[in-house]
Amino acid sequence: MAEWFADNGLLLGLALLDGLAYAALVFMVAVGLNLVFGVLRILNVAHGSLFAIGGYTAASLGAFAAARGLPDWMALPVLLLAAVIVGGIAGPLIERFLLRRIYSEEPVLQLLVTFALFMILEDVQKLVWGVQPLHHDAAMRWLGTVDVPFGTDVIPFTAYQLYVLPGVALITLVGLAWFLRRTLTGRVIVAVTTDREAATAMGIDAKKIFLLTFTFGAGLAALGGALASPTAALVPGVGAGTMVLSFAVVATAGLGQVEGAAIAALMIGLGRSIAVYFLPEAEVLVPYIIMVGVLLVRPNGLFGVTETRRI
Amino acid sequence: MHSTISRRDALLATGFGGLLMPASLSHAQPARPTEIKVGVVTILSGPASVFGVPGRNAAEMLFEEINRAGGIGGVPVRAIFVDEGPGVEHTLGEIRRLVQNERVDLLLSSISSGSCLACTPVAEELKKPVLLWDCGTQRIFEERSYEYAFRTQANATPEVLAPLLYTLKRKPNLRSVAVINQDYAWGRDSWEIWKTGMDALRPGVRVAAELFPRFNSTDFSTEITRLLALRPEVIFTTSWGGELDTFIKQAAERRLFERSTLVMPLAESSLERVGHALPPGHFIGARGDHWHLHPNPADPAKLRGFVENYRRRFNAWPIYPTHHMYQAISAMRTAYAKALETTGGAWPSDAQLARAFHGLEFDSLTSRIKIRPDGQGLEPQLIGTTVRSGDLPFPVMNDMVIYPPELITAPVGQKSVDWLKTLTPDFLNRAPG
Repeated sequence: MAEWFADNGLLLGLALLDGLAYAALVFMVAVGLNLVFGVLRILNVAHGSLFAIGGYTAASLGAFAAARGLPDWMALPVLLLAAVIVGGIAGPLIERFLLRRIYSEEPVLQLLVTFALFMILEDVQKLVWGVQPLHHDAAMRWLGTVDVPFGTDVIPFTAYQLYVLPGVALITLVGLAWFLRRTLTGRVIVAVTTDREAATAMGIDAKKIFLLTFTFGAGLAALGGALASPTAALVPGVGAGTMVLSFAVVATAGLGQVEGAAIAALMIGLGRSIAVYFLPEAEVLVPYIIMVGVLLVRPNGLFGVTETRRI
Repeated sequence: MHSTISRRDALLATGFGGLLMPASLSHAQPARPTEIKVGVVTILSGPASVFGVPGRNAAEMLFEEINRAGGIGGVPVRAIFVDEGPGVEHTLGEIRRLVQNERVDLLLSSISSGSCLACTPVAEELKKPVLLWDCGTQRIFEERSYEYAFRTQANATPEVLAPLLYTLKRKPNLRSVAVINQDYAWGRDSWEIWKTGMDALRPGVRVAAELFPRFNSTDFSTEITRLLALRPEVIFTTSWGGELDTFIKQAAERRLFERSTLVMPLAESSLERVGHALPPGHFIGARGDHWHLHPNPADPAKLRGFVENYRRRFNAWPIYPTHHMYQAISAMRTAYAKALETTGGAWPSDAQLARAFHGLEFDSLTSRIKIRPDGQGLEPQLIGTTVRSGDLPFPVMNDMVIYPPELITAPVGQKSVDWLKTLTPDFLNRAPG
């Protein structure tokens, strides 16, 4: 074992750096999905579309800012602005005019409705942004690269990948934990998540909490897309791929668990990276192997709790 | 029991028989139609619509040009487009609908190799001529013979062998290669062709890494780190669309292009989008003998006219699927002319039209293409090296080599991989470049 680490320790270090950035992006999307499910009890399939629209909006705004001759550093706040715009517009619209009508329906119907919304939003993306790949990497280029020592060699990493992605994910995790535990609104959200009936009986306005949570979740999905846009080309279908991985993270974490989503994203991100280095054939499988492995041992996910069935 | 048939029964039977029997099964010469209906199967949704939509655009533009010039044999042409994006099962249903409900005269199908493999036998069963206008799999005509199916361009074998020859000619001491391809049929098959050819032509080249990231991946950081650490001399990738764009941009930012030579047989279709992120000195192809700045077109005015019309109408440079669509439509026009000549001006049946495609020679935008007896098109392959252009905001090709199709296509009756295994290092000396 010690011999293996001596031979592969440096490679393992590189894999950890890569895995961290990947896990950060996955976490940003999965945590929003998990939060929405925890409060609204709706598995929002259209969450992937919000990721894609966030990315497209960030790329369009970035291109607009560049065309207007704004300084390069503006590329970074533009990402946040895109997430606020998409979350602030699409979130309330979807919650108010669609989801509110189906809260009391069967889960399978809710799933079908959000799936239909996903299909509609996929076409909306094609109508607005076309089918050609869209890429605006000003934020990544502005930050430049960092040379990481690798034996006698160096490996260039982008500063965006090394610092921005994990940094934003960490801020989101800490901020979300603080918000949910230390603020009144956050505690109300936790109360609704834990026991919706008891919370509403205590006078909590569930409608307001649902609207707030969904808007926040939509904003997180859009922020994930916006953060991915400097490194990835946006193409039709980009939301679907992200969605599948997010489901794996949410299932591994346990539905409704914020910290769980962070740990599951980290496990999946690092697992995938290590596979690329040491078992490339398993790269695609690793996230799902981790998910199945966790669910076999803990059917409700890492941090999921068994609910008492109320009659 | 009555065993006689009444006059009314006979009349009814004849009438229904005539209605139900497809034209292709009757021996009567069909009447001149009011329009030629062409079912065009292309990808209009999902990531591969980056190829399917330009293909549809080219078809619309070319059909309009044909109709403005009086149609084919005086008959206007109408395209019915169907989306193969939802998958093979959906496309199979659409093929049957096009033939049985829409009663198309000809099919142009398709982009995805999976669609081609599934749909070609169905078109054959329905006895409807089908032109495989863009899909690359070499397996179609190597595993089965067809009467009604023809490919109007090359297949995966010459599309991969040409860049391999180009690379080996320029890297006589090549020692290590890595691959990063999308994890689906094309990514795996193209690597098998490259690896088999490389082992035969230059035995002993080490494969440093075989990376097959998930199809539709948006992040290649881990793979790029791995490749940076391994420092292979050459990195081969047949990725395309948004994934290739993403890979090029991420690789450029992290200086991978300074450590390895990238060989990208499909990168012509990404040049405009990635711009100068793709640096000079890397090898690229265009899945055939076509490019808007082709060095030696047979008819420069024709190529220029097509490029200008396409740019004016769609505000983009035509990429390889538009050329493939041109080739399919050119083959269609030439085959109708040949069939009409054979029938003395009578409108050809499906079988007569299909026969016209056997051995057909037709013009592409740059040269001439011949359809072999097995239905496979013989198309040269253009490969070049990226270089900065003074006039354009994206790299262009120089040091271009056009590989003759007879040299790089597996002979009729032989499977590509088996044929590639028979190549010897001497084959490299016979190749241009």
